[in-house]
Amino acid sequence: MKLSEILKNGIIKNNPIFVQLIGMCSVLAVTTSVQNSLAMGLAVTAVLVGSNFVISLLKNVIPDDIRIPAFVVVIATFVTVIEMFMKAYAQPIYQSLGIFLPLIVVNCIILARAEAFAFTNGLVPSIVDGIGTGLGYTVAVLILGTIREVFGAGTFLGIQVISNPIGILVMPAGAFIVLGILVALFKIIMARQEAN
Amino acid sequence: MELGKILLSTILVNNYIFARFLGICPFFGVSSKMETSIGMGAAVTFVVTISSIITYFIQMLLDKFSIGYLQTIVFILVIAALVQFVEVAMKKISPTLYNALGVYLPLITTNCVVLGVAILNIQEKYTLIQTTVNAIGASLGFTLALVLMAGIREKLVIADVPEALEGFPIALVSAGLMSIAFLGFSGLI
Repeated sequence: MKLSEILKNGIIKNNPIFVQLIGMCSVLAVTTSVQNSLAMGLAVTAVLVGSNFVISLLKNVIPDDIRIPAFVVVIATFVTVIEMFMKAYAQPIYQSLGIFLPLIVVNCIILARAEAFAFTNGLVPSIVDGIGTGLGYTVAVLILGTIREVFGAGTFLGIQVISNPIGILVMPAGAFIVLGILVALFKIIMARQEAN
Repeated sequence: MELGKILLSTILVNNYIFARFLGICPFFGVSSKMETSIGMGAAVTFVVTISSIITYFIQMLLDKFSIGYLQTIVFILVIAALVQFVEVAMKKISPTLYNALGVYLPLITTNCVVLGVAILNIQEKYTLIQTTVNAIGASLGFTLALVLMAGIREKLVIADVPEALEGFPIALVSAGLMSIAFLGFSGLI
């Protein structure tokens, strides 16, 4: 498979959120604002690239039977690194992401890529796959975060843009409903493209 | 905080699914059938309660040696081992339930509820009893959400839903409406 194709697969065709529908917890929770969404997207991408890289390097060393615990340890290490990094350099974002930062460990996307791609593929494709999937995740949370912040809180990156926001969108209920509609829209668009 | 308040708060007001978004993957994964949701709820209740108690003591150890930064790694390993144990036990005790839950049991490891409750217990500085009550409340709330959702999704199968919304999207929208309903409990405490 060509590298550009792996990248495109991760972002569009196999978008982790809109198509594979995995890793939902953090998506629904952190998308109350654009800033949080971006931070979370970047954190997940960093962990994905790191874990894909290491697991691809170790694929001949890790025995098949205990590969899942081994993956989890690798992922948890990268999450801890990112957590410490954010705590040191981006305290406000660290605070607002709260528990969802350590919970990247149990984000199914990362484990799924390790299992389905990095464990059986070479170093460079694995890194590209990590970047692609991470970008796919980031794009999805950014779309959701933008809609929820602009229409729910009436602001974009903290700057007021709408005077009468729909408050329910920033509440938990809004996350479910907006994501549901977005997944349906994505389905329609993909079906149209395939028909052409 | 009194124990009753913690219990009520985690089950209804701060429901882990509808207010805190923990455990969404299995919530949508197994909620299409009533039977599997009850089984999953029971398995999660068991794992969450035991892992919370164990992680409470582990945190004491981590604090003692001041290696708190290892929290995430240590907790997830303990949970993974525990889930493995539950899987083996369930295979032995109830093969029917094991067959029904088969694929989803290993997924409890990557269920955010388990790790989430463990970490939140530490962050809230709960005592051992409060930790246990919080864990039980959290998993009961999770089971309640799962069972309610299963009831709705069994009806949704025969409903006339627009094609694009079929399956997952309509489940998400229903969950949103349920979340609004759960907002009604917020005046309770």
